[in-house]
Amino acid sequence: MPTKILEKEKLIPGKTSKLVLDAPHIAKTAKPGHFVMLRVHESGERFPLTIADTDAENGTITIVYLVMGKSTAMLEMLGVGDEILDVCGPLGKATHIVPNGQKVICVGGGTGVAAMHHIAKGHHKAGNYVIAVIGARSKEFLLFYDDLAKFCDEVLVATNDGSVGITGLVTDPLKDRLESDKDIAEVVAVGPVPMMEAVTKLTKEYSVPTVVSLNSLMVDGMGMCGACRVTVGGEMKFTCVEGPEFDGHLVDFEELKIRLSSFRGEEKVSMDKHQCKCGAH
Amino acid sequence: MSQKPAKLPRTDMPCQAPAKRITNFDEVALGYTDEMAAAEASRCLQCKKPLCRQGCPVEVRIPEFIAEVVKGDLCAAYDIIKTTNSLPAVCGRVCPQEKQCEGECILAKKGESVAIGRLERYVADKALCSNIVPGKVIPKSPEIKVACIGSGPASLTCGGYLAARGATVTMFEGLHEPGGVLVYGIPNFRLPKDVVCQELNNLKAQNVDIKTNWVGGTTVTVDSLFEEGYKAIFVGVGAGLPYFLDVPGENLIGVFSANEYLTRANLGRSYNFPDYDTPNYAGQSVTVFGAGNVAMDAARTAKRMGAETVNIVYRRSRAEMPARHEEIEHAFEEGVNLLELSAPIRFEGTEAGRLCSVKLHKMELGEPDESGRRSPRKVEGSEFDLPTDLAIIALGTRPNPLFIDATPALNLNKKGYIVVDQESGETSIPNVFAGGDIVTGAATVILAMGAGRKAATVIAERFLGEIK
Repeated sequence: MPTKILEKEKLIPGKTSKLVLDAPHIAKTAKPGHFVMLRVHESGERFPLTIADTDAENGTITIVYLVMGKSTAMLEMLGVGDEILDVCGPLGKATHIVPNGQKVICVGGGTGVAAMHHIAKGHHKAGNYVIAVIGARSKEFLLFYDDLAKFCDEVLVATNDGSVGITGLVTDPLKDRLESDKDIAEVVAVGPVPMMEAVTKLTKEYSVPTVVSLNSLMVDGMGMCGACRVTVGGEMKFTCVEGPEFDGHLVDFEELKIRLSSFRGEEKVSMDKHQCKCGAH
Repeated sequence: MSQKPAKLPRTDMPCQAPAKRITNFDEVALGYTDEMAAAEASRCLQCKKPLCRQGCPVEVRIPEFIAEVVKGDLCAAYDIIKTTNSLPAVCGRVCPQEKQCEGECILAKKGESVAIGRLERYVADKALCSNIVPGKVIPKSPEIKVACIGSGPASLTCGGYLAARGATVTMFEGLHEPGGVLVYGIPNFRLPKDVVCQELNNLKAQNVDIKTNWVGGTTVTVDSLFEEGYKAIFVGVGAGLPYFLDVPGENLIGVFSANEYLTRANLGRSYNFPDYDTPNYAGQSVTVFGAGNVAMDAARTAKRMGAETVNIVYRRSRAEMPARHEEIEHAFEEGVNLLELSAPIRFEGTEAGRLCSVKLHKMELGEPDESGRRSPRKVEGSEFDLPTDLAIIALGTRPNPLFIDATPALNLNKKGYIVVDQESGETSIPNVFAGGDIVTGAATVILAMGAGRKAATVIAERFLGEIK
């Protein structure tokens, strides 16, 4: 069933957009941590995107994507009123949120900030004290600052060039905070694999439990194919049905990085052909 | 004037030549001509107590339909088959006939059973392409709503049966295309998508509403469906996570489950990459683990994707291979090799994490185990390396966790499959029925259909009794 785009906001022109979709049947049950599988056109590929926000009352879900290959490039070509051919979900296990007023740090990098936003909101609604830590290369690439500022108890920012917040990476303000504040019950990290890896390395030093949301390759996304398998604590786990969130201290990030490169050559062929057709080259 | 059937040999199935068919994904077995079907049908002895029928999980009235083929009345033949089998064009192609109807045929003792499956396919294909399919649309009773979760053979059978008797049927499929394993699992060269499409169109003609991208257990749940006024729910959510070998190196790039490899090919049409966006891994030296139908499908798909060598690694010997005979023969004709009595120790990869070889050891067969098959044991000191850049693991699947996790009130067995009442197919939740792989574990299309039918008859009795 095609899904209509109700709103589109270009967060980073040509690179990243936020779409609000008319999907009451998904919004009804979607929780923080869930994802959807999408397919943009008839000969398209299925791919997962984490849900960035839901509004059960208005029947909408929000997704945010980074244009990385043909599928996201084609998604970026759609506008308000257009339909996405297939949107399926909610999928995955919802974030485990303990509502006990504890302090939680939610770290987001790149478009991972969007998925983190949904998780942070969940913690806030559960009555937890939420500290958001977000980072980007520079100010114009920083996502969801205003949205997070609305409900988070604190928002800490790091940019590589220092155009806003601390100069450095998300791990810098995170380290300062872990050093000075011994009440942090949990850290949640969503973003590029090297970022999540760096966060878990740091939090391990401080023995703070850390959850990461993994972006494994998926085909069906509903527990059938095993493409998304990862090693967690020495065991094979399936990101689509047992994740996407896992104990970050147990995830084999090296293996994840390798597996994410499985189809890099094919992804480039697909993208080049698409750009050629669109006259971009 | 009845004549005793002549002692004709079993009629061969015309097929695409192996050298040609490994360059395409078109159907391998081309189907009987009218003459071939007439000749084959005439071989049936029309037994008074037909054992073939007992061998069929849905008890197709085999001698009766074959008698109609002899007479040339294909319409009547089709109607007879359809009284117990809702998907004959599918079953004629994918049933393991040698273990079912044909295995029981009296002529099988001489190794020349009547080719029942081929005749069933012939009748169904003729019916489907000449539109002799009954077009009568049964009026639906809007208050008798039945939901089928999943749209594979079990749900198709259950939904079709109930729609034909006046129930308002909605089918919820998680993927973007309906058909379940018939679409994502079984390759086009064995079961053409057109055939599945025609069966789906028959359902749609009966006003069955097929909703794709609706996931049982998340988008819809048992509770939400009952709240929406559904009277009964049939759960046919099929296979789940694949088993892996549990040897080191299994997560290297180039090691795939058969589910993934085949889903990319069949659902994603990866053989048309880059015209279709879903890529598949192009291996030159392919190793397939397992010896069932799925393993044969994977091996033959790899061959068609351009592999130079395809080896099937099996820990027992050829005689124990569980796949349909025809699939094994077709695979060998296409140049697939069998490394019998071999088992993996570990996969080895390049620095970039890509698979480059697999270490195996030889096995020998010992005493028969509970399944009656001689159990394999390791031959010490028999290790050897097999260069390979694509490994496909076809060892079967576990139950799909999505629906089960979302429905804690369901009783499950030790292996995690749904427990149902043997007579009705009803689960521990009243008016929730289940059938197919989610109950039996990986099995056949026909068994799933049998389960769908059984549940449908109970649902019909319970809710359509007055209307009928």
